[in-house]
Amino acid sequence: MGRTFWQRFSLISLFLWAFRITVVLVVVVGTYGTLSSGKYGPAQWIDIVIFGLSQGSIYALIALGYTMVYGILRMINFAHGEVFMSGAYTAYFAAAALNGFGFLARHPFLGLLIVLVVAMATATGVGLLVERIAYRPLRRAPRLVPLIAAIGASFFLQYTFRGFFGAGFQAYPDWPLFKGQMVVAGIGILRTQAVAIVGAVFLMVALYLFVMRTKIGTAMRAVSEDMEVAAMMGINVDRVIVVTFGVGAAAAGAAGVLYALVFKQVWFFMGFVPGIKAFTSAVLGGIGNIPGAMVGGLFLGLIESAGPILFLDGLGIPAPNQLKDVFAFTMLVLVLIFRPTGILGERLAAKKA
Amino acid sequence: MKRLQILITLAVSVLLAVGGYFVPAAPAATMGPVTDSIGVVKVSKGQPITIAYWLVITGPNGNLGIDSRNGIEIAIDDQKAVLGFPIKLIGEDTGCNAEGGTTAATKLAANNQLVAAVGSTCSSEARPGAPILWKAGIATVSPANTAPDLTDPKRSADYNGYLRTAHNDLVQGAVGATFVRTVLKLSKVATIHDGSPYAEGLANAFAASFKKQGGTITAAEAVNVGDTDMRPVLTKIAATKPELIYFPIFVAEGGFIARQSKEVSGLANVKLMGADGLFDPNFLKAAGDAATGMYQSSPDTRTEVLGSIYTVFLQKYEKKYGTKPLSIFHAHAYDATNLILQAIQKVGKTDAAGNLYIGRKALRDALFATKGWKGVTGTLTCNPYGDCADPHLAVYQITAGDPSKWDPGVTNPKPIYPVVK
Repeated sequence: MGRTFWQRFSLISLFLWAFRITVVLVVVVGTYGTLSSGKYGPAQWIDIVIFGLSQGSIYALIALGYTMVYGILRMINFAHGEVFMSGAYTAYFAAAALNGFGFLARHPFLGLLIVLVVAMATATGVGLLVERIAYRPLRRAPRLVPLIAAIGASFFLQYTFRGFFGAGFQAYPDWPLFKGQMVVAGIGILRTQAVAIVGAVFLMVALYLFVMRTKIGTAMRAVSEDMEVAAMMGINVDRVIVVTFGVGAAAAGAAGVLYALVFKQVWFFMGFVPGIKAFTSAVLGGIGNIPGAMVGGLFLGLIESAGPILFLDGLGIPAPNQLKDVFAFTMLVLVLIFRPTGILGERLAAKKA
Repeated sequence: MKRLQILITLAVSVLLAVGGYFVPAAPAATMGPVTDSIGVVKVSKGQPITIAYWLVITGPNGNLGIDSRNGIEIAIDDQKAVLGFPIKLIGEDTGCNAEGGTTAATKLAANNQLVAAVGSTCSSEARPGAPILWKAGIATVSPANTAPDLTDPKRSADYNGYLRTAHNDLVQGAVGATFVRTVLKLSKVATIHDGSPYAEGLANAFAASFKKQGGTITAAEAVNVGDTDMRPVLTKIAATKPELIYFPIFVAEGGFIARQSKEVSGLANVKLMGADGLFDPNFLKAAGDAATGMYQSSPDTRTEVLGSIYTVFLQKYEKKYGTKPLSIFHAHAYDATNLILQAIQKVGKTDAAGNLYIGRKALRDALFATKGWKGVTGTLTCNPYGDCADPHLAVYQITAGDPSKWDPGVTNPKPIYPVVK
C-alpha cells in the first residue's frame, strides 16, 4: 500500500462509482415510487413474475449450450441461436402435420413428445454439422478465427432457412389442451407458460444430472478443466466435444418448441435476439458454469419482465417497456462491475486464465 | 511514430476517396434540347424509360409492398409506353426499417438511368431514404408512407423530391378517434406504438384528436420492433382499465399484442383497434382468432366512395394476380405511377435522332404542380410539401380470424364507418 486512497482514485473509478450509485438510486427510488403509487396489485405482480419465469426458462435452456461449449472450447458459438431456430422451425412442420389430422387434439402429450423429439433431433443434427464443418477444422487456429466462423455459420443457417421457407413467418398451430389458464395454488397461470416452465426445468435437471452423474459427463468436466491432461488420461476429446455440442443443441431445440408454444410464430430470424439474450444470460450467470446459465437466464427473464415497470415506472418515465433491453443490459454491466465472473462465477477461473 | 503518421495519412486519403465517390454528381447540365439545374436523364432511342419501386416485399410485412407493386405493374400495363418509349420497372426491397430504406435508396441513387421512383412502404424507410434519392435528383412518390412529419411544412429541403399519394396520418388518427368516441362511445383508450415514425406519429395524432373530443388516454405505451413478449406491457395497461387498446403498428408485433391481450387478466373483453399497417391477411395468420372483432382504420375503397373507376381497377388486379388485394395501398401505387408517367409525358423532349431527354428538376416541378388530377383514389392535388392525397378513410372490422376468408372491403375486414348510402 504505497499509495494513498486518493492517489489510486482515477477518473475512471470515479465514473464507475457514479454509475454504480446512479443505478442503485434508480432501483431504490423507482421501486419505492412504483410500489407506493399502488397502481399494480399483487395479482399483477404475480402475472409479471410468471411471464418473466417462462421467458427466462427459455433463455436458460438456450444459455446452457453457450456455456457448455465455452466451458470446453473457450469459444462462443454464435450460431447457437440459429440451432434454436432450426429446432423451432422443424417443430412447426411436425406440429402442423400432426395437427392436420387432429392428432394434437387426441393425444396432446404424445404429440408434444413427438414434436420435441423431431425438434431436438434436427437441432442436434444442425449443431453437429456446424461443429464438424465450421469449427473442428479450426480447432488449432487462434481464438478469434472460430468466432468469425461461428458468425458466418449463423448467417448461413439464417439465410438457408430463408431460402427454403421464405422470409415471412409461419403461424404455429394451437394445442387444444394448452389453451387458456389453469389455477395452481390460487394463482392463475397460462397453460402454455406452465408447460414452458415445467418443461424447461425438467430438461435442465436432466442435463445437470447428465453432466454430474454419467461417465461421459465426468469426461466433459475433465476436458473442461484441462483438455491436454484429459487426453493423456485416455479421454477421447473429439468425442467429448461432439457430445457437448449435441447436448447443447438438443437443449436449444427443445427451447425452440417451448418458445413456439408460447409465442406461436416462427420465422428465419427468430433465433437472433433470443440467442443474444441467452448469451447474456450465460455471461450473467458466469460463463462456463451450468447452474450459472440457469440462474442467469431466469434472472434476465425476470429483469426484462418486471424491471421496466418496477424501476422505471416509479420514476415517471413514459412507456418504460420500450427500454427493457437497455435495462437488461445495464443490469448485465452492473453485475459484471460488482462480480466480474458473473453471479455464480467461474469456479476454475484462475486455472484457465 | 512515423508509421502511425503514414497510417493516419493513408486512412484519411482512403476516407476522402470513398467520400468523394459518394458525393452525388448532379450538376446543372445541358443535354440535347434540355437544360436542367439538377441533371438530365438521356434515354437513347429504342431503350426503355426506367422507373423503380422501393417497397417492403419480403418478411412479415411483405404483403404491404407486394400489393403496391401490383398496382405499379398494372399502371405500367395500362400505359404501355410514354412518348413512344417503353417503361422498365426495377426495384429494391426495403424491409420496413431505416437500414433497409437507406440501402435500397443508395442502390437506386447509383443508377443514373433512373428517372423516378415509387416508394417507400414504411415511413421509417422514407425518412433516411428519400433524401438519398433526392441528392441524386430522383423524385419519389410514396403510395403508403403516412407519417405526418414527412410532409410537414417545416420539413428540411432534403425532402424536396418527396411526394405521396397516401393519406397523412393526421387525417387517419382523427377518423379513428372520432369513430371510437362517437360510434363506439368509449372514453378511455390506451395506445401502443413501436417507436417507428409511422406508429408513433399515428398514435399521437389519434391521442390528440381523442382528447379534443373529450376522451382520456389511460396509458401511452411503446414496444420495440422484434419484441415477442407483450404481456408485461399489457399487464401495465390493464392496470389503467382502458375500454379499447389502439395499436397502429405492424404485423408481427401487432399479432403478438392481439393474441396476448386475450390472455392478460382484465383485458379479455377490451376492444382492439389497429390501422392500415395491420391491413393484411398475414395479420390474421399472426393473430388467429384473437383478431376477430378487431377494428382497423384504413383507406376507404368502397365503390360508393371511389366510384366505378376503382371497381374496374380491382377487376384488372384480380384477373392479373388471381387473388384479392393483399393490402390497401394498391390503388395509391397505381395513382403514384400514373402521376410519374404523366409528368414524364409533360417534361420529356426528344431530339432529331429520336433520343429522349428528361430534366430532373422539371420532372419534380411537374409532379408538385399536380392539380385536380383524377385518379383511382380520388381527385389529387399536391401541396408544396408533397401531400397529394384525396384522403378517404374508413374503419373496418375483422369478422373472421381465418386468412383464407380474407376479402378486404367486402366481408372481412368489413367497412363499418363512415356509413355510406
